[in-house]
Amino acid sequence: MQALYAQLLVGLINGSFYALLSLGLAVIFGMLNIINFAHGALYMMGAFVAYFLLDLGGINYWWALLIAPIIVGIFGMILERTMLQWLTGLDHLYGLLLTFGIALIVQGVFQNYFGSSGLPYAIPDQLKGGMNLGFMFLPVYRGWVVIFSLVVCLATWFLIEKTRLGAYLRAATENPTLVRAFGINVPRMITLTYGLGVGLAALAGVLSAPINQVRPLMGADLIIVVFAVVVIGGMGSIMGSIITGFALGVIEGLTKYFYPEASNTVVFVLMVLVLLVKPTGLTGRAA
Amino acid sequence: MTALTDDTLPTTPHAMRDEMIVFVVMALLLAAVPFSGIYPFFVMQALCFALLACAFNLLIGYGGLLSFGHAMFLGTAGYCSAHALKVWGLPPELGILVGVAAAFLLSIVTGYVSIRRQGIYFSMITLALSQLLYFIYLQAPFTHGEDGIQGIPQGHMFGLFDLSKPTVLYYVVLIGFLAGFLLIFRIINSPFGEVLKSIRENEQRAISLGYRTDQYKFLAFVLSGTLAGFAGSLKVFVAQNASLTDVHWSMSGEVVLMTLVGGLGTIFGPVVGAFVIIAMQQYLASFGQWVTVIQGAIFVICVLTFRRGAIGEIAHYLRRSL
Repeated sequence: MQALYAQLLVGLINGSFYALLSLGLAVIFGMLNIINFAHGALYMMGAFVAYFLLDLGGINYWWALLIAPIIVGIFGMILERTMLQWLTGLDHLYGLLLTFGIALIVQGVFQNYFGSSGLPYAIPDQLKGGMNLGFMFLPVYRGWVVIFSLVVCLATWFLIEKTRLGAYLRAATENPTLVRAFGINVPRMITLTYGLGVGLAALAGVLSAPINQVRPLMGADLIIVVFAVVVIGGMGSIMGSIITGFALGVIEGLTKYFYPEASNTVVFVLMVLVLLVKPTGLTGRAA
Repeated sequence: MTALTDDTLPTTPHAMRDEMIVFVVMALLLAAVPFSGIYPFFVMQALCFALLACAFNLLIGYGGLLSFGHAMFLGTAGYCSAHALKVWGLPPELGILVGVAAAFLLSIVTGYVSIRRQGIYFSMITLALSQLLYFIYLQAPFTHGEDGIQGIPQGHMFGLFDLSKPTVLYYVVLIGFLAGFLLIFRIINSPFGEVLKSIRENEQRAISLGYRTDQYKFLAFVLSGTLAGFAGSLKVFVAQNASLTDVHWSMSGEVVLMTLVGGLGTIFGPVVGAFVIIAMQQYLASFGQWVTVIQGAIFVICVLTFRRGAIGEIAHYLRRSL
């Protein structure tokens, strides 16, 4: 039973990353109509920025949690201003190809300087150790990751679905020309949205740094699973991405306990099954 | 939202003739390679990738469907051919047939699943499916995991042609490539190809004209996947191994890059693109990871500045379809 709970926890943690990443993808897709293939690379950059902050500047985890997403977010906004904005009006496959190119560049540069092996990042002192919950032993850091990312996800959901800013954002996705006519700077909003989505990816990177090692390719394989999560959930709603992300992480964890051979493939198999039954995905609107 | 290959020129009465002339020139140039002192192994490798890129282009350039998982057909056919040759001891022609049949079956299954979604969703599904296969091949015993299938016997084609001789092998690969290329050329210029193009330009209109576009897209997917498998089977004889690199998703990305560099929706673009990229990898190998960076930069430059690709730009300048 101990092993089952442990795998459930691993699943929840992976689910947190899936949710944060697919949430960012959904936000970006909504505004820019681009599937951000660079998302995995930017997640990796988040982890690396946290590593540099600690290693070079002695800036601890808590500050990294704030600073890394801002730095990577600014990097993302520069990308949007210099490249992505030129693709407006083109087929969205060009966005996928462009961001794929960006991902190759970013990953290649990091691989060149850091090889493919991982750099360690220590768990902050305040989150070391564990708690005995009676039925299992819970490492504090892992519990923190799950709760913190859940809070961030819900905050993002609240920002987009319940605030005035979110309402502008949703309106601009529906009809940018009209929203512009009301005097709202839509291009700037698009840039900020890209920054927000990228920042969420970087935040996930910082969260994962102490659990997984900081590696140049840490985002490359993860992003494909996240794409599968997106296909299963369908990018119809923000809440849909969050729930699907966590749920699939848990399902993956359970598979690792009951039938470990399939743990790498279960998300993809689920994707096939969902598509056979419901081609638009679980919460998706028609493409 | 404009179509993906918006800049392709309409077919003119001279188009077929122009294309046939270019084809003959290409075939003659390639046939002369063994007498030219160019390293034939490099050209053979490039030919396999050129066929793969042409098959991929059939789907995106003419059907408007960006598959981001075409490595799965290359790799699957490669593994099946390699297994048939090495373990079952089949002759080369049957080995190729096994590989192509495997790719055909795989494309039916994956096509059935993926064709139901459009645009980027289609791309993501093909990507996810190929990653699923990657993990299966990583664990399946017959692929030997990380080691791959090594030391594959090349054998005698039809009991006559000794494929272990580089020149014989070269011409067999060349004939395979030209046959595949002509088939794709024929498909593009058939009524079926015309319907595909109309789907690419405006799917809603094609539907309203009474075409069952899903069936056309599915057939294009199966043709493309099977031909990509053919490229994978040929590649086994050139490389004499089948490994995980051929199924990894970065391979799918390379195929996209080749087609994009040469020109989406042009007939000769993918061939040129494949030669450019393979040559680049060959001569820049000493730069290590910078090759990835350069490839990424090419992606970015192509998408931002010359979306028509090399051949597409030339064709546009000459006002010919190439």
